[in-house]
Amino acid sequence: MTQETVEKVVIFFAGDSGDGIQLTGSQFTNTAALHGNDLSTFPDFPAEIRAPQGTLAGVSGFQISFGSTEIFTPGDECDVLVVMNVAALKANLKRLKTGGTIVVNSDGFDRRNLRLAGYENDENPLLDNSLTNFRVIEINVTKLTRECLLDVNLGVKEKDRCKNMFVLGFVYWMYNRSLDHTINFLTQKFKNKSDVLDANIRALKAGYNFANTCEISSSRFEVKPAKMTSGKYRNIMGNQATAIGLIAASKQSSLDLFYGSYPITPASDILHELSKHKNFGVRSFQAEDEIAAISACIGASFGGLFGVTATSGPGVALKGEAIGLAFMLELPLLIVNVQRGGPSTGLPTKTEQSDLLQAVYGRNGEAPVPVVSASTPSDCFESVMEACRIAIEHMTPVFFLSDGYIANGAEPWLYPHSKNLKKISVPMTKVNNSNYLPYKRDKKFVREWAIPGMPGLEHRVGGLEKENLTGNVSYDSSNHEFMVKTRAKKVDEIANYIPKQELDAGSKNAQVLVLAWGSTYGAIKTAVKELLNEGYSVAHAHLRYIHPFPKNLGSLIRKHDKILIPEINNGQLIKLIRDKYLVDAIPMNKIQGIPFEAREIKNRIIELHDGE
Amino acid sequence: MENKEYTAKDFSSDQEVRWCPGCGDYSILKQVQSVMPLIGVPKENIVFVSGIGCSSRFPYYMETFGMHSIHGRATAIASGLKAARPDLSVWIITGDGDSLSIGGNHLIHLLRRNFDTNILLFNNQIYGLTKGQYSPTSEKGKKTKSTPMGSIDHPFNPLALCIGADATFVARSMDREPKHMREMLIRSNDHKGTSLLEIYQNCNVFNDGAFFGMTDKATKLNQTLFLENKRPLVFGENEHKGIRLDGFKPEIVSLNDFSLDDLWVHDESDRVKAGLLTRFFDIDFPRPFGVFYSKNKPTYEDALIKQIDEAVKDKGKGNLDDLIKGSNTWTIQ
Repeated sequence: MTQETVEKVVIFFAGDSGDGIQLTGSQFTNTAALHGNDLSTFPDFPAEIRAPQGTLAGVSGFQISFGSTEIFTPGDECDVLVVMNVAALKANLKRLKTGGTIVVNSDGFDRRNLRLAGYENDENPLLDNSLTNFRVIEINVTKLTRECLLDVNLGVKEKDRCKNMFVLGFVYWMYNRSLDHTINFLTQKFKNKSDVLDANIRALKAGYNFANTCEISSSRFEVKPAKMTSGKYRNIMGNQATAIGLIAASKQSSLDLFYGSYPITPASDILHELSKHKNFGVRSFQAEDEIAAISACIGASFGGLFGVTATSGPGVALKGEAIGLAFMLELPLLIVNVQRGGPSTGLPTKTEQSDLLQAVYGRNGEAPVPVVSASTPSDCFESVMEACRIAIEHMTPVFFLSDGYIANGAEPWLYPHSKNLKKISVPMTKVNNSNYLPYKRDKKFVREWAIPGMPGLEHRVGGLEKENLTGNVSYDSSNHEFMVKTRAKKVDEIANYIPKQELDAGSKNAQVLVLAWGSTYGAIKTAVKELLNEGYSVAHAHLRYIHPFPKNLGSLIRKHDKILIPEINNGQLIKLIRDKYLVDAIPMNKIQGIPFEAREIKNRIIELHDGE
Repeated sequence: MENKEYTAKDFSSDQEVRWCPGCGDYSILKQVQSVMPLIGVPKENIVFVSGIGCSSRFPYYMETFGMHSIHGRATAIASGLKAARPDLSVWIITGDGDSLSIGGNHLIHLLRRNFDTNILLFNNQIYGLTKGQYSPTSEKGKKTKSTPMGSIDHPFNPLALCIGADATFVARSMDREPKHMREMLIRSNDHKGTSLLEIYQNCNVFNDGAFFGMTDKATKLNQTLFLENKRPLVFGENEHKGIRLDGFKPEIVSLNDFSLDDLWVHDESDRVKAGLLTRFFDIDFPRPFGVFYSKNKPTYEDALIKQIDEAVKDKGKGNLDDLIKGSNTWTIQ
């Protein structure tokens, strides 16, 4: 047996959507994180909860890249493909690099599975030499799992559910990992089901021991801990970071959080997470529909709490009128859009960045709403806190854009201490303010907030155009123009209260600037880092604040010969940039429901750099 | 606990009331303003929330906190407000289009959740603000601008719908009966849970006389039935007619043939009979007014606050650093 030290590994786990692939992947992730590796993950699952077993449509996947170096993406090509059946192999073989390893459950290659995956007449990829460019490790996972659970008092179906643990044990051995974390996890998860707990741990250990004793797997790999900034880390997923960030913003503003939401993929996990934290005073409300969800938030904000709603693109479409109302009332409100493939129902479980223009423009009338976006899973925490800060301090609805890739992806997080978090100041008027006027503004153009319960400050707000200062209904034409301009100025003014844009990498006069937003961060960061090492004149700026843009963005981008804007859509940020700065930026678009690969970005930069 | 400091005038805002002259809304506004001093709530703790429509201008005329929101959503906004601020007295002003057409979904969900709010549903059986199209409560065959050959929609029976959605308080009054309306407003306010008060309101511009038979001296005694708890159902000139139940089948009887003891005795806590009463909806039976049904059930906001209190009791008040840290951490030197 050999033991080889490698810098970085990409593994893809795939199987039926009922095979427990996501659990397997997240267990491997947490174990890698606790081992000290840097990592990035990406789950890839079908829209159907239990699509027909054995078919290509039912394949669920989980990709993890981990290493002893910095990791910014889940990786382009995979080193290892772990497949539970033939459909999983067929659907994902294209991800595997030449010479890569395939760990195969050969019990998932019986006649029935072959037929379901579209192989006829006894065709079998394990037998027809089509995999000669790869190293194939065949294991009878189903059979071996059943055998190691022979004397366990469970039905065959329940025993077969432990297959994923057998495979996980096998892969743990391959990468020299401890089983402790997963055993602790299982002990917690099945604390009231001793038979199931026992079976899962047995299968996990059996897989590990099988790898150790059998001869089919001759090599073992060591991935040393990464050199990362010193400090305390945890592993975090994007939706989790968003939820925690919302609670942090509630604490930092001393406003209780009201979270109104209607279940929608991929935003529902925020609702699940927040519902667990009622002891933080979180009032979570599952509304009857998207419109009720945001309307309830508006009611809560009117009452002096901080209303937050989360959804995805189709939900935002339904909420449009209510966002306009919140804009008109000038109440703090946060709308989280965890974007997914559109239009219409689109690709619910796939990622896309195609709701940016919807966030910036998608309302009737002149209704500019600030837009903040997150770039990585852990960045959701700080970004969403910034979005909350703007909403509360500037008395306005704000969009926070995440996407399916960030929401379900995970990475290590150098988490902050609460004492280092920004305070959020609330523009609440004083009780007994005898000069209170609901729409009188301060130098930021922000109005003062008076809430029910404040004697003498009774006033009415509404969606009709209001008179300056008093807020009374007004049909006066010059007042309307004044109010439209004033509300726009108020949003523009936010640019004075956000940080200036900085380059993430490269120098300010570099030939090519890659300008982007959201979840393309990791792929661009990886590409630009490599190109800088190779001597290319390239820089990377990544936007968190999209509306309004940071004040210095125009001067920053004009210093570069070429501006490349990669987006997972048909070109949306580029429209905003061209419109605002009149620069001829170059689009780069991918609309396949999957993120960019670093090499795609890298190749495009090289083309631009060297002249097309 | 009457609040002696207030008079009806204290609840009148400085805004000019702009409904059409002769509109039934004026009467409702007046009764609401005169009832407010009686409910014992400081006016800074009162909020009127409305949707869109003629009736929804109402909050502008009340010297309380108020929100004139968007079409159909007042019920949803009020739900969030009450969840956020259980201490407030929350009143929802809505019309037949606002609550039963565009906002139908939120209405039934508010009723089933039972937030302690008061809904005043102004039913004029027409779209007034958009100048005269038929509404979901307009009678079949109604000729309007959008239905020149007569409407082919079957109308909603609003109170039957609300009973079906498990409303805990259902009542009806009308603009021409100020004393009765005040009484119903007080009853609505006193009910802990969602109260739904339907108010028949005449739109003298687009649907004048919709309730003529129930208001005209010559016909109203025969066409209306005023409910009183624990009292037999009696109506008609000189109260000479009554309603008797034959099993679950109601019938109109003459008190010449039957005695009061034979009649259906109204019981506000009987949901099944309340359901039958809401079906007094065609010309064969007089139209009931009063409290159809009233039942105490736990409110949503009380249950919500209870869960928060329990969570704090079980886990302690949330510690942000523990939350940020999670259960698995590691240190890099």
